[in-house]
Amino acid sequence: MAWAAADAGEVEASAAGVRQHDMVIAVASGKGGTGKTTVAVGFAIVTGRCQLLDCDVEEPNAHLFLHPTLTSSEKVTLPVPEVNRERCSLRGRCAEACQFHAIAVMGKSAEGRSASGGQVLVFPELCHGCGACTLACPEEAIREVPRQVGVVESGKAGKIEFVHGRLNVGEPMATPVVRAVKAHLDRRRLTIIDAAPGTACPVVEAVKGSDFCLLVTEPTPFGLSDLRLAVEVMGKLRLPCGVVINRAGEGDQQIEQFCESKGLSLLGRIPFSRAVAEAYARGQHPVYVLPELGRCLEEVLERTLNCAQRGL
Amino acid sequence: MKELVVISGKGGTGKTTLLGSFAALAGRSVLADCDVDAPDLYLLLHPDIRFAQEFRAGQMAVIDADRCTRCGRCREVCRFEAITSDFMVIALNCEGCGACRVVCPAEAVELQERVAGDWFQGQTKYGPMVYARLRPAEENSGKLVALVRKEARAWAEREGIGLLLTDGPPGIGCPVIASVGNADLALIVTEPTPAGLHDFERALALCRHFGVPAMVCVNKFDLNSGLEKRVHDFCAESQTAVTESIPFDESVPRAIRQGLPLVEFDLGPASRAATAVWGQVRSCLIGG
Repeated sequence: MAWAAADAGEVEASAAGVRQHDMVIAVASGKGGTGKTTVAVGFAIVTGRCQLLDCDVEEPNAHLFLHPTLTSSEKVTLPVPEVNRERCSLRGRCAEACQFHAIAVMGKSAEGRSASGGQVLVFPELCHGCGACTLACPEEAIREVPRQVGVVESGKAGKIEFVHGRLNVGEPMATPVVRAVKAHLDRRRLTIIDAAPGTACPVVEAVKGSDFCLLVTEPTPFGLSDLRLAVEVMGKLRLPCGVVINRAGEGDQQIEQFCESKGLSLLGRIPFSRAVAEAYARGQHPVYVLPELGRCLEEVLERTLNCAQRGL
Repeated sequence: MKELVVISGKGGTGKTTLLGSFAALAGRSVLADCDVDAPDLYLLLHPDIRFAQEFRAGQMAVIDADRCTRCGRCREVCRFEAITSDFMVIALNCEGCGACRVVCPAEAVELQERVAGDWFQGQTKYGPMVYARLRPAEENSGKLVALVRKEARAWAEREGIGLLLTDGPPGIGCPVIASVGNADLALIVTEPTPAGLHDFERALALCRHFGVPAMVCVNKFDLNSGLEKRVHDFCAESQTAVTESIPFDESVPRAIRQGLPLVEFDLGPASRAATAVWGQVRSCLIGG
């Protein structure tokens, strides 16, 4: 099997048993560190040709295993207000309209005359770029200027098309960067999405619009508790989902019982192995070291695609 | 009162395992779980919940169908594709910005508060605990984190407890920023993997950005001693203190399955190392 021997830099196509589909499969988990990236990148490697979108923009890691050649880079910006003081009459409509306290008006003038000493303060890191202030300004004194919050890079690893986003350190809002990564989604081919951990807005933005979401968990009470929350999120999004247990072995039973009680498909188990952990620690994708892991991931992907096609 | 916050950048490096052990070793402290997306500390510390309350934050647009003239202005200005062609608001997409309300000529749009999460107070055998859980797919995790920390601090002051131990979320975004701001010390727990290293550097940069002193602990160090050394070299260059490293130990998932802090589960290699790390962190935090 090509992936068993190939170097990560030159991954060869190997559809070995996996049919090509034009599906969008998201890989997510409530808990961090359960193996989302290992599974998502593993899927990409065993198919050999697909699109991989790393949407964990706070801590993007897929590139560390796939070693793609990045050929293009684009800035992710949010439009933030810039106030023209000549036109502004300090009525304060912008501050009233802004729900995020990103713009404040000091020394408001009730009559709409330009009061001396008054000023408008903008707090760019609070701004969601919604444009409400611009719409609310009666003097058309607001112009929106782009402010960079992150970057999206794309390239290739063999026949795998790779895109990831990176949120600037210190920036609170990940969703615009996730959205910019998702803009590269190519619905004509199999796409794998690696989502951030958690259950909040960046995860929702990443998995939204997929055909199916695979939830990676581990057989501990932490894994189960966070899986339960992740399943609730998918329910709210009406997104069909299934479960894979990573580091399987001791403690699987509780996860199995949970899946059964929720009518969730358990799509596979990746056995616990120190060799997997060590390969990962060396920066090698474990499928290159353990061919049986590659076969295991192939089976999980096959089942996942079957479920996705049936919309289960 | 001194506050320690444990963060990691990458998820699953052992934040909660370590913080649970600190709670057991510290004597009396106040515990706060700020991983509001996926709070797990309660599974080790078993608080007896005495107080639970809804957390309201953020808003959502609601369109009054009787007033709506279907002019479509709201759909034109909405940047989040949150309004359908039949003028219904998609809750998941709505940022609650109110741009639609600004332009609606019929005054048909109202902004309603949303219930974004729940927060809890309880007693554990190690001290009072505050934690919260974001409702699925909600926003405003940063504000919920701020609330948990504020309540935990208030409780510490009320009872004259001099130590607050905070379990932070993974990542470097909004809830992490809300967790580290003004803390006395951040302990960054990392692992010797390329992903751990990459994420640790970003977490450290975040602490610098917000002026929070940081200390670094390498967990599962024996998975790759070469990378452990790289973390230590990086810390030496950037004058960041490091703690003793913790070895890979299969007792860790077993302790979690038993619902026990590692240091109460056994006295194996990881447990002993966690005890040593606590000694170093405590000296750095409290002195002496």
